[in-house]
Amino acid sequence: MNDPQPMLSVSGLSKTYRSGERDLTVLHDVTFDIAEGSTAAIVGPSGSGKTTLLGLCAGLDLPSSGTVRLDGADLGRLSEDERALVRNRLVGFVFQSFQLIPTLTALENVMVPAELQGRSDVRNRARDLLETVGLGERMGHYPVQLSGGEQQRVALARAFINSPKILFADEPTGNLDADTGASISDLIFELNREAGTTLVLVTHDQVLAAQTQRILRMRGGQIVQDVYSESSLNR
Amino acid sequence: MTFFHSWLWKMAWRDSRAHLKRLFLFVASIILGVAAMVAIGGFGDNLESAINDQAKTLLGADLAFRSQSPFPEKIEALADSIGGEQAREIDFSSMAFFPAQNATRLVRIRTLEGRFPFYGKLESQPAGADGFLRQHSGGALVDQNLMLQYGLALGDTVRLGSAAFEIKGELKKIPGQAEAGSAIAPTIYIAARDLGNTGLIRFGSRAVYRLYFRLAESQDPEKIREELDPQLRAERIRASTVESQKESLGQAMGNLYRFLNLVAFIALLLGGIGVGSAIHVYIKQKLNTIAVLRCVGATIRQTFLIYLIQTFAMGVAGALAGIALGLMIQQFIPAVVGDFLVVDLEMFISPAAVLQGAGMGLVLTLLFALLPLLGIRRVSPLLAIRASFAENSDRDPLRLGVIGLIAAAVVAFAILQTQSVAVGLGFALGLAGALALLTGAANLLMWGVKRFFPGRLGYLFRQSLANLYRPNNQTLVLMLSLGLGTFLIATLYVAQEGLLNQVALTGSGNQPNLILFDIQTDQNTAVREMVEEHQMPVLQNVPIVTARLSRIKDRSVTEMLADSSQSPGRWALNREFRLTYRDTLIETEKLVAGTWVPEVAADQDTIPVSIEDGLAEDLGIAVGDFLEIDVQGVAMPARIASIRDVDWQRVQTNFLIVFPRGVLEYAPQFMVVVTRAPSREVSATLQRDLVQRFPNVAAVDLALILRTVEGILDRISAVIRFMAFFSILTGLVVLASAVITSRYQRVQESVLLRTLGATKSQIRIIMLLEYVYLGSLAAATGVLLSLASGWALAAWVFNIAYHPPLVAVGAFTGGVILLTTVLGMLNSRGIATRPPLEILRSEA
Ligand SMILES: Nc1ncnc2c1ncn2[C@@H]1O[C@H](COP(=O)(O)OP(=O)(O)OP(=O)(O)O)[C@@H](O)[C@H]1O
Ligand SMILES: [Mg+2]
Repeated sequence: MNDPQPMLSVSGLSKTYRSGERDLTVLHDVTFDIAEGSTAAIVGPSGSGKTTLLGLCAGLDLPSSGTVRLDGADLGRLSEDERALVRNRLVGFVFQSFQLIPTLTALENVMVPAELQGRSDVRNRARDLLETVGLGERMGHYPVQLSGGEQQRVALARAFINSPKILFADEPTGNLDADTGASISDLIFELNREAGTTLVLVTHDQVLAAQTQRILRMRGGQIVQDVYSESSLNR
Repeated sequence: MTFFHSWLWKMAWRDSRAHLKRLFLFVASIILGVAAMVAIGGFGDNLESAINDQAKTLLGADLAFRSQSPFPEKIEALADSIGGEQAREIDFSSMAFFPAQNATRLVRIRTLEGRFPFYGKLESQPAGADGFLRQHSGGALVDQNLMLQYGLALGDTVRLGSAAFEIKGELKKIPGQAEAGSAIAPTIYIAARDLGNTGLIRFGSRAVYRLYFRLAESQDPEKIREELDPQLRAERIRASTVESQKESLGQAMGNLYRFLNLVAFIALLLGGIGVGSAIHVYIKQKLNTIAVLRCVGATIRQTFLIYLIQTFAMGVAGALAGIALGLMIQQFIPAVVGDFLVVDLEMFISPAAVLQGAGMGLVLTLLFALLPLLGIRRVSPLLAIRASFAENSDRDPLRLGVIGLIAAAVVAFAILQTQSVAVGLGFALGLAGALALLTGAANLLMWGVKRFFPGRLGYLFRQSLANLYRPNNQTLVLMLSLGLGTFLIATLYVAQEGLLNQVALTGSGNQPNLILFDIQTDQNTAVREMVEEHQMPVLQNVPIVTARLSRIKDRSVTEMLADSSQSPGRWALNREFRLTYRDTLIETEKLVAGTWVPEVAADQDTIPVSIEDGLAEDLGIAVGDFLEIDVQGVAMPARIASIRDVDWQRVQTNFLIVFPRGVLEYAPQFMVVVTRAPSREVSATLQRDLVQRFPNVAAVDLALILRTVEGILDRISAVIRFMAFFSILTGLVVLASAVITSRYQRVQESVLLRTLGATKSQIRIIMLLEYVYLGSLAAATGVLLSLASGWALAAWVFNIAYHPPLVAVGAFTGGVILLTTVLGMLNSRGIATRPPLEILRSEA
């Protein structure tokens, strides 16, 4: 797995929060690479730093030390606006709590990232994506009019609209029942396969984690285990 | 992407369309302010152009001389040398008697001679009745209010002095005189040639003489006035031209206009603060959306612009609505202030006022909104993946910049509004002070309530109180705007009550209420007898001598008058004094310096006189200083023997200068009798009998004056109330927007409470109590401050004992609470009754 150019490259990453007088080190010297087109799951107990790590990888926050390279770009050297551009072009996001914009319809929610690029011909692609996730009939509905599972599908469609190179998902099934969760995760893998996207997901769900090629296990802000699954070897 | 990028506008629109109503309510706070600015600015422009257009008809001539005595030969010659056409007028007060109605009234008599007014005309019914007067003898034109008051009709008789006149016309409008003026001294015009028959003007009578000129086109009135001024001043004659008239009129009207303007500005400012706080809450509710936008790649600038665009668009909508409303209100202003105007207003839309009002509204909206909008720049995208996220609490230098900008804008606008740097700065400072006081009072009240609220009261009481302190509450803003409105209105009320009480006091108890002036010395005994025959007491009977100051220390008054440098005592130099002589101090007087000299020998060289302390101060003279007093042409050297403090508040005959006995006994003089009539009827009977036997005696009926003053105060306060109303209304709009803004919070809360088993009525009671608290706190803030300011007014301005109008203030407080509560409940309706799930789905 020594790809010449990994999609995501994390090295010596540390994150320290200052709370009052005391420093709280949440991530401690984390280093790993994720190859382009591969899938990985980050697992670990609550509070071990998974979300923090994901946020840093996606350029939502800056590390205390260490570097994150996304598709070759060192996020730490970019300005906030340049990072916004990276998020828009390279990254897709799926959140545990869906995070649709409540004032926009399903279709408009999906269109936002593409429209941010200044494109105006995105309506059809957004429609197609909503059809793909099975919401062709619900495009004009607002988030509150959709169930949790339906909202997460819209979020998935939104994540894929700019054909990102990497998709980050933080417990995408955490707020859903088992059946709905399963159908969402199936959808994630399916879209991922079709688009050849790199996938990094955080999950507590062992079954979901097992579907990825690689599992990074965290504890206390460090990666304590890094295993490649059978399926990845099969590929 | 720039501000004008179409996607940003599209996004701004999409994000706001679900709560357009709510956003519009934010800017509704600004609508009233803009409307007030547009209306009053437009009114001001109308007024200015009316003054410009009508200045000539206000004076009625190109040049006018005014004197308190007949023009001396010298001046007559001077007047003839000017050329042009002349007209004359004598203007004095006297009693009028209406025989058919059996009524008397003190009136202002003016005589017509020549073709005055040269410009404009006396409006009368029938039209041109003044022309008739000029040609025929024995006719009078009578003020329309007087006609109405006494049920007079054309053809009725009015007796003035010893002559009878037939009412030939009803006076509708006199150039240069405001409607309100006619209420105090209604005018009767007669022909100059009839004046002699009345026997009212004799040597020494108090009257104003005017000489009007209509000049040739080639003559410049202003130049003539400047040339003649020194000569005229020396004779105590004042000359006016259209220009000087316009100037003084502009100043007087300007004050009224500036006052209205500032109140409009306050409403706008309150609205601005309201918008700012509403946007603050709005942005708090948008944090998640902002974070998500940032996650999917929107830049800080883009997210900021989306909400700036929303605010801007709403500001524009608010300004437009404000313009429309303002233009409507503008139509009504003349009806409110018309009585105080001397010009006829022609209404037109003033583009400058519209632009200024809307521009200031928009700028203030944006500036106040910018404070919360800046916070958008600080929102981290991390918020999307982590619900609770420690906010960046560093000082934002831009915030300070915006606060500075707001302060600068307020000062700049205040200067613009008052057209004076000093007044504008003063106003801005005063406003800052008032807001600081209100904020302080509001905070103190909030703190006090929280601190001392009885914990044993039930859950509903505590929950509703806690709601006032919920995060993002707008309690303070509401208390400020409602409180300020309450404060304005209540202060006004307190001041008005204070004034009226003061006047009313004179009408009660054993206070005098009828003063008889101009009694000839030989009539004095008969008048006293007549008063006593009517079962009324003679409370005072004093002689009055009219005089002028002719030298002060070593300078002649003529010289001092010619010296154009203003001094505080100038009023006293030009003035005709009424003085008296007596051997004792009276109860309203207190000696503050020197010694009281009761009596002197008739051949005394220098007469020891007593003067009032205010006059001494203004003239810069003290005990021992020399004065020369001109008593009807006789120069009398005098020395200041004592200085008295005089309580002018009491209805007494009080005097600036008092002579000792022994000197003035044989000077031309008249007597005054002060009495008290037990009822209006007795007073009227006495006045009637008096006017028939002694037509020269003038009766000043204080009860009548009291009623007139009340009427005028009512009208003035109507103007102020009209403006305070803007402030209150703005407060209510801010309230409505706050209620709607917090509706989402309320929905969540009430759903949760209902899930926990609260009944509908419990939820309603919680909301009701919350508004009752809010209304009470706001009203209390305003009322407390107004009581304080009322006390200050009473103590320092009116010098009276302060009796807070508790009933009125109580009723007022109740009104504010009721309004607040009703409005709050109206806006919250549905929350308590609709199924929780349905609300959650529809309100998100
Ligand atoms: N802004 C912050 N300030 C201080 N501590 C923080 C902050 N953000 C996160 N932490 C701490 O960092 C640690 C890691 O948090 P993180 O959210 O990354 O954990 P996690 O692995 O995602 O947990 P979970 O499975 O419960 O989501 C936690 O102990 C948390 O309290
Ligand atoms: Mg997490």
